[in-house]
Amino acid sequence: MKFHPAIAANRFGLGARPGDLQKIEKGPAAWLLDQLQGPARQPSELSGLPGAADVLVEVQDLRRERRAMREAADDEPAPDIVKKYGRTVRSHYIEQSHARYRLAASTDYPFHERLVHFWTNHFAVSADKQPIPAIAGLYENEAIRPNITGNFADLLIACERHPAMILYLDNQRSVGPTSTLGRRANRAQRERTVGLNENLAREILELHTLGVDGGYTQHDVTTFAKVITGWSIGGAGENGRFAEGDPGKFEFRDTIHEPGTHTVLGKRYAQKGIAQGEAVLRDLAMHPSTARFLATKLAAHFVADEAPRDLVDELTATYLESGGELAPMYESLITADAAWVAPFGKYKSPHDFVISTFRAFEHVPDNARFVVAALDLMGQAPFRPGSPAGWPDSSDYWGGADALYKRIEWSNTVSRVVGSRVNPVELGDGILGATFNPETRKAISRAESNVQGMTLLLASPDFQRR
Amino acid sequence: MISRRDILKAAGVGAIATGIPGIAFAKANTDARFVLVILRGAADGLALAAPYGDGNYRKVRGELALPSPARDGGLLQLDDMFGLHPSLPGIFAEYEKEQALVCHAIASPYRERSHFDGQDVLENGAAGVGLLRDGWLNRALAPLGGTLGNEAAIAMAQNTPLVLRGNNSVTSWAPSQLPEADDSTLRRLQDLYAEDEFFATRLAQALKSQEIADGEAAMGQMRSRGNDAEQLRTMMQATARFLTADDGPRIAVLEAGGWDTHANQGTTSGALANRLTGLDGGLTTLRNELGRTWSNTVVAVVTEFGRTVAVNGTRGTDHGTASAAILVGGAVNGGRVIADWPGLAKSDLLQDRDLRPTADVRSLFKGVLAEHLSLSGSFLDSTVFPDSAAARPMRDLVRT
Repeated sequence: MKFHPAIAANRFGLGARPGDLQKIEKGPAAWLLDQLQGPARQPSELSGLPGAADVLVEVQDLRRERRAMREAADDEPAPDIVKKYGRTVRSHYIEQSHARYRLAASTDYPFHERLVHFWTNHFAVSADKQPIPAIAGLYENEAIRPNITGNFADLLIACERHPAMILYLDNQRSVGPTSTLGRRANRAQRERTVGLNENLAREILELHTLGVDGGYTQHDVTTFAKVITGWSIGGAGENGRFAEGDPGKFEFRDTIHEPGTHTVLGKRYAQKGIAQGEAVLRDLAMHPSTARFLATKLAAHFVADEAPRDLVDELTATYLESGGELAPMYESLITADAAWVAPFGKYKSPHDFVISTFRAFEHVPDNARFVVAALDLMGQAPFRPGSPAGWPDSSDYWGGADALYKRIEWSNTVSRVVGSRVNPVELGDGILGATFNPETRKAISRAESNVQGMTLLLASPDFQRR
Repeated sequence: MISRRDILKAAGVGAIATGIPGIAFAKANTDARFVLVILRGAADGLALAAPYGDGNYRKVRGELALPSPARDGGLLQLDDMFGLHPSLPGIFAEYEKEQALVCHAIASPYRERSHFDGQDVLENGAAGVGLLRDGWLNRALAPLGGTLGNEAAIAMAQNTPLVLRGNNSVTSWAPSQLPEADDSTLRRLQDLYAEDEFFATRLAQALKSQEIADGEAAMGQMRSRGNDAEQLRTMMQATARFLTADDGPRIAVLEAGGWDTHANQGTTSGALANRLTGLDGGLTTLRNELGRTWSNTVVAVVTEFGRTVAVNGTRGTDHGTASAAILVGGAVNGGRVIADWPGLAKSDLLQDRDLRPTADVRSLFKGVLAEHLSLSGSFLDSTVFPDSAAARPMRDLVRT
């Protein structure tokens, strides 16, 4: 049957809670469509979080304090200031991870939330570079969350302007060689030249828009890097040079922007200032390569590692016809036959697995360190994909033998903690519905204890796929 | 207490052969051990082994030029042309014992500058991006035997890197802090997975790895905590355990990240020097822990591509092309630098910016696989590295 409630809840959502399938049964497609705009009010899990700008100011101050002590003492920095910096960053990271997984475990808008996570992974920053762990969750809430159902160009611009992305890909360091400051610096210093850093420009083209085969050259990377020189952050920079602007917020710095008309992908951009970069981004958003790249990633995320060709074609066409609107693309996905094929085609990532377990248990995690440690152990620490490409989205990557063993160990551990009060067969019926394999059901019913039955349910192929 | 081995036997998985039978080879060195270390992020070959004897070196490298071997704390002299980064004393000691070599101006066939595509080509062994969906080291396993539960190769990670993905069964291992599931639960899971090959295979592999890990008290203490250097040392320690275990794997793959030094790369100290110290410590740990097995071991350290010759605007280097690779191990015929040096003058560079590749990394891999693991040239050319006939295997890499 098309529009199966278990598919709606587990493939498109974040995993069913007991009782969810009955609610969804009335109209699985409508249940998904109704979630697209997300909750009307900001979820309470997120309302207490600080803004990224405030956090950046706080950690930059600690950094400066550390550096000042180092220079004054001409020695290693005093241990407590080093510890204080690490503690502060870590506590922000834990707080934001906590909020993210609490919300995912309890939200009534799981499809919306899955899309948030999908785009955060598409526009990935990684907490293995400082000071990203202190702001990665805030980046998700500020740049991604408000923009996932609008026009892709707006989402794109919001992400590239966010301090997390600028810092992660070094754009605040990129200086136009013939900009005011570039000329002055290169005159004054013979040894060291200041200049371009291609990092952000390259990843925008390769990972955020066109895709690696999308038809750009090294020349495009270099000129696009010139276009976005000056996309920076306000407040004092590392060496106190950049004092203007709102501290910790996006700031366009004309003094380091490479002046002039630049040609990207064969088109001349004569705009001044930030408008030039925005114009390039808007054109990139509507490029057919971008449409196909996004459609392929979306289909691969929701349907199968090898995205079905017809579905990709359909999503690509929808995107281009609507002028890069995202909601129509999601609607095409939801109504496509290929998206409702059983059995489940995707092996859950550790992130999916952990969230769906919490939802199955109706357990809102209250110990963030436990959640972070579990995800880290299974190979997917929150906000830390390790590269701007984000996490891979295929069972090739997640399907290591050791990774499965860690899932079994973790299933066993959580079953001991929260599983003993639930009947695992009833739970399986409740969350997997008609997709619950009778053989799995039988094996669980013969388990020697509730805890063991629960471990079998969580580690079963039925639950490990979506 | 039932051992993991009993569980394996009960399920009969120990007997399922996964290698291709019938490809026999005359003098296979079944004691040979091979370790592949992938440096992800494009490690700077000009810092790994600096061409201090090139007249242009100091000029083009500017503030990132490393002090010459004559200077205190300077490069570790390999020959009149090259010096090893001073943060690699352990590798240098092996070089002096003629058990390490450096291969310079080396690159995969990939000529663009995406990390992810570069790693794809380095690992798939094809002539281009996405041409093969499995890894060259996986394809190389076919003649090496290995059965389900006794795989010939192990990924030292939760998730298997591309180079080891493919039809031949491989296993993986990483440290854990969780309590183990009890044997009754594991046995029931084996039954539950019996109809689903994806899960059945992986559980069998994991149980075998657990058996080796459980056999060593120290492994229970291993933690995935600590900084990157400590983690690499831990992984090297574990690698040695697997490579010396009875029926254990003979091939291991490790990964180390953090080489993408776009800003503040540093020279004798700094970000890159810290990475190199960690790498050097890891390799020294491996040598010490392998004991006598070291004499039959080749470790290859490679990266997806190199970095720009010139320093960028942020005291770092951007994505380039050729880099350097290192072979180290008791079986390595070392004490030399293999390089057809392309030069650093502007006209020598690739696209005016990168070290020009004069060696193909597939030639290095083919040489090691042929001489160390006794794989035939035709098998290497047809299956392991298709379309690589022009990349002739390097010779005399391994002691005979």
